[in-house]
Amino acid sequence: MPEQNQIVAQQREAATLGMWAFLATEVLFFGGLFVSYTVYRHFYFADFAAASRHTDVTFGTINSIILLTSSFTMALAVRAAKMASQRLVSRHLLLTIFLGIFFLVIKGFEYHKDIVDHLIPGPHFNAEIPLHGQIFFYLYWIMTGLHGVHIIIGLAIMSILLGLNARRTASLKNSQAIELAGLYWHFVDIVWLYLYPLLYLVGRHA
Amino acid sequence: MNPNPVNYLNTDYTIKSWLLTTDHKRIGILYLCSILIFFAIAVYAAALMRLELLTPAGDLVLSDTYNKLFTIHGVLMVWFFLIPSIPSVLGNFLVPLMIGARDVAFPKLNLLSWYLFMVGGFFTLHAVILGGVDTGWTFYTPYSSTYSNTHVIEMALGIFIAGFGSILTGLNFLITIQKMRTPGLTWFRLPLFIWSMYATSIILVLATPVLAITLLLMGIERIWGIGIFNPKLGGDPVLFQHLFWFYSHPAVYIMILPGMGVISEIIPCFSRKKIFGYKFVACSSVAIAVIGFLVWGHHMFVSSQSIYAGITFSLLSFLVSIPSAIKVFNWTATLYRGSISFEAPMLYATGFIGLFVIGGLTGLFLATLAVDVHVHGTYFVVAHFHYIMVGGMVTAFMGGIHYWWPKITGRLYPEKWGQFSAIILFVGFNLTFFPQFILGYLGMPRRVHDYAPEFQIYNVISTAGATILGLGYLLPIIYLTWSLKNGKRADANPWSATGLEWKTASPPPEHNFAKPPVVTEDAYNYPPLGKAKEAGDA
Amino acid sequence: MNAAFFPKAASTVAGQTDHLYFALLGFSVLMLALIFVPMVFFLYRYRRGAKADRTPLRLPTTYIEITWTVIPIFIAFAFFAGGATVFFNEEVAPADAMEMNVVGKQWMWKIQHPEGNREINELHLPVNRAVKLTMGSEDVIHSFYVPAFRIKQDVIPGRFTTEWFQPTQVGTYHFYCSEYCGVNHSKMDGNVIVMTAADYQDWLAHGRTSETLAQSGEALFRTLGCSGCHAPTATVHAPPMEGLYENKVPLSDGTFVRADDKYLRDSILIPSAQIVAGYTSAMPAYAGHIREEELLQLIAYIKSVAKEIPPHLP
Repeated sequence: MPEQNQIVAQQREAATLGMWAFLATEVLFFGGLFVSYTVYRHFYFADFAAASRHTDVTFGTINSIILLTSSFTMALAVRAAKMASQRLVSRHLLLTIFLGIFFLVIKGFEYHKDIVDHLIPGPHFNAEIPLHGQIFFYLYWIMTGLHGVHIIIGLAIMSILLGLNARRTASLKNSQAIELAGLYWHFVDIVWLYLYPLLYLVGRHA
Repeated sequence: MNPNPVNYLNTDYTIKSWLLTTDHKRIGILYLCSILIFFAIAVYAAALMRLELLTPAGDLVLSDTYNKLFTIHGVLMVWFFLIPSIPSVLGNFLVPLMIGARDVAFPKLNLLSWYLFMVGGFFTLHAVILGGVDTGWTFYTPYSSTYSNTHVIEMALGIFIAGFGSILTGLNFLITIQKMRTPGLTWFRLPLFIWSMYATSIILVLATPVLAITLLLMGIERIWGIGIFNPKLGGDPVLFQHLFWFYSHPAVYIMILPGMGVISEIIPCFSRKKIFGYKFVACSSVAIAVIGFLVWGHHMFVSSQSIYAGITFSLLSFLVSIPSAIKVFNWTATLYRGSISFEAPMLYATGFIGLFVIGGLTGLFLATLAVDVHVHGTYFVVAHFHYIMVGGMVTAFMGGIHYWWPKITGRLYPEKWGQFSAIILFVGFNLTFFPQFILGYLGMPRRVHDYAPEFQIYNVISTAGATILGLGYLLPIIYLTWSLKNGKRADANPWSATGLEWKTASPPPEHNFAKPPVVTEDAYNYPPLGKAKEAGDA
Repeated sequence: MNAAFFPKAASTVAGQTDHLYFALLGFSVLMLALIFVPMVFFLYRYRRGAKADRTPLRLPTTYIEITWTVIPIFIAFAFFAGGATVFFNEEVAPADAMEMNVVGKQWMWKIQHPEGNREINELHLPVNRAVKLTMGSEDVIHSFYVPAFRIKQDVIPGRFTTEWFQPTQVGTYHFYCSEYCGVNHSKMDGNVIVMTAADYQDWLAHGRTSETLAQSGEALFRTLGCSGCHAPTATVHAPPMEGLYENKVPLSDGTFVRADDKYLRDSILIPSAQIVAGYTSAMPAYAGHIREEELLQLIAYIKSVAKEIPPHLP
């Protein structure tokens, strides 16, 4: 049935393009935050530098490594799906999910430390940091928080795919689903790769 | 032939079959019914405002009630009526039909869009029931984030959620048009409505997320008590305006481009002629979408942004007027040597051109920096954007609804009533909003509950016009509803129009086409008209 | 009652704005004619059933399109240039303008003259004198709008904005808040009363308060404790105010800043942000402890000693 095949091919292309378009909206969504960050960093350069010295670069770096590794395992999962290896898909997805959870756990510890250090903007804000450092931390919480929400959504998607994969005898059919989940997961990583230098590195030695 | 062939309407009558439908046509109908509810509430708010403004004193409602009225009017009209009007109703119904597809690319996502829209609408109406919001639809900080004592969060949440519905709709159309076109339907054979929907979808997909993050930041600031738009922390309230208008100016084009698309369908059909300058009309839609992203600062000429930013935005705003002008010239040129008939859709279309030209020309006044300094924040602006959004978009929406009514319902609307309402709408609209230009240049600020006595005469004219305009909306609702049962049955192509949507039955069957149609000709390929003789229907 | 279609024009820029407006109006009428005359003609001539030649013409479509694309662009440029020129003129105040302080708060305008006179929702001015308003907001965004002067500027919390105009006719003119600011936004209006120079002097003398704006600032300078460190006689080491205004100030990070209104405002509110080279960050932040009006008075005082020679250069 050539017509049927054509429809399937059309749907596949549509789904991939749709994912890219969705990621474009995500770029604009985070874009609003990055613009705000840039504007205020320009206004309050010294305060931002001072504030960024209070973020925990160790946690940040470990988390960057974890996320990068998870991108790698995700890529392996996509490859396994293309090779139609149900076992490998499960293994790599599981690994990716594990790394994602690991990221969140570390982020949790870091948040706890931030709270103890009075890094929540407001009347009890850490007195060592100049006033406009609060804007830095306000953005820090929102940016990392929204990123965390994206991680959680990614974990949910991968868990569903894992379940589907386990139930199907052939993983061929959902290979595209895994590919799309991979695109999303890589995007979430890339956002972190921007957040990491902006929040942890820039201004650290200024 | 079976007198009652199975179509998308009679295939299943259960409520469940409607609420769980993934048929783009049914989803279009769901949108139509829901936006009419929001429209009715917003019109009611407008009616109360116009009544209040009959007299200079604030005697009908209290000032905070008035402030809530214009807020609810703006929010519902913009996000719950205009933005979904042509895109979500006619777009949903027509995009797959016009490109010869069985459905949109992601039918389930399409249904999800409607649910998001309805949940958003629920929160928004809930905010109204709780007591309303008084920030204006623009939610300027720090008033919205710190000073207002009303239910800002609920309403912003409603818009935030509905925004994701818009994003998904835009995404769906974008991919559908990109990937689902039937064989032979190349880009430059597409109906111009599809081009305008494509341009609109780009805006929906790329601008709406910025609104989402902006409202989120504003909402968090309100809950948290401090935030980045708060001057007390060194924040800049004007940054909010930049982010807001980065979305909301392109959003203005969401509220006109689809209308232009509808007009580009109607004019060739009732002139029996190919549209003049097809490629220019098509590309001007994309040009509007692209340049539209670069002009947001013209809402902020007096907001203390730098002089040079003001000058740049002014120049770009002049440039964005050019593609709109091109469209108007081409529509007019299409009439030349046509065979023109004046059914209701054509009357709406000519009315649209008239009102849109006035709206567009007054846009030049606002792009001119020094004039804008005077009329910014006055009724001149109110009149200008109502000419574009109501005179333009709503007129086009009415024209489109009449034009495709036979296709959507399988019934013809009563023609004489249609023509009568189109004229009523045009007269009522001008009477309502033209005086507001004069008011604006005289210096009457917008969003005021009482005003100086010298402004009264124009306000009285405006309110009088509004009653006529109201009739122009009420009549179609009555006779269109009447026609659902009593209208004459329509055949597949009652207007003898070109376009794939007319090649299938009225109403269309569930999956639109028995087999994918193949396109071999340009759009609007009406048969050539004769020489010097009567040239009626070909 | 005012003129029915156009507001009074009572400032130097009002005439210029009106010229632009009339030019645009003329152009609009021309465009309406250019579009609607052919349109109505075509609609009538080629109505279905009418006898008319309908044979398709082979028109040079591309040339036609280019023509009606390019010509509007040039016309647009002309209006852009006109608008930008007048705008530039509106934004840059002449150096000799009389300075007034305006504070917007929900829902009133508080105005203070350089001589110290205060008014609420009224602004008395001499005719034919350029006036520059330095404006601040205590709460939300407002906008100071005088239709008869064709001038408007938003008033933003957290910063100063300025607006200038030169009234040309004696009379009383409405001003409004034109940025929605809450419940009684529509009541946040008042009158500009333009008087002859003699009348204005008379009015000033009649309502004169005991101290000028700068004197109020000087008093504040003492009561808020500024003079304890910043006065020439103080023992604590702090930058002097004499000769400071509009001069370049070296900062501890090696950069320079011009001591304009913005700098002074920021340095009073959050002194630690910009430390003058050679000094330590000892001053408390006044953000949240000082009202907009007081800020403007303090700055007026610092301006008043701009010409004096600082006791010692850092």
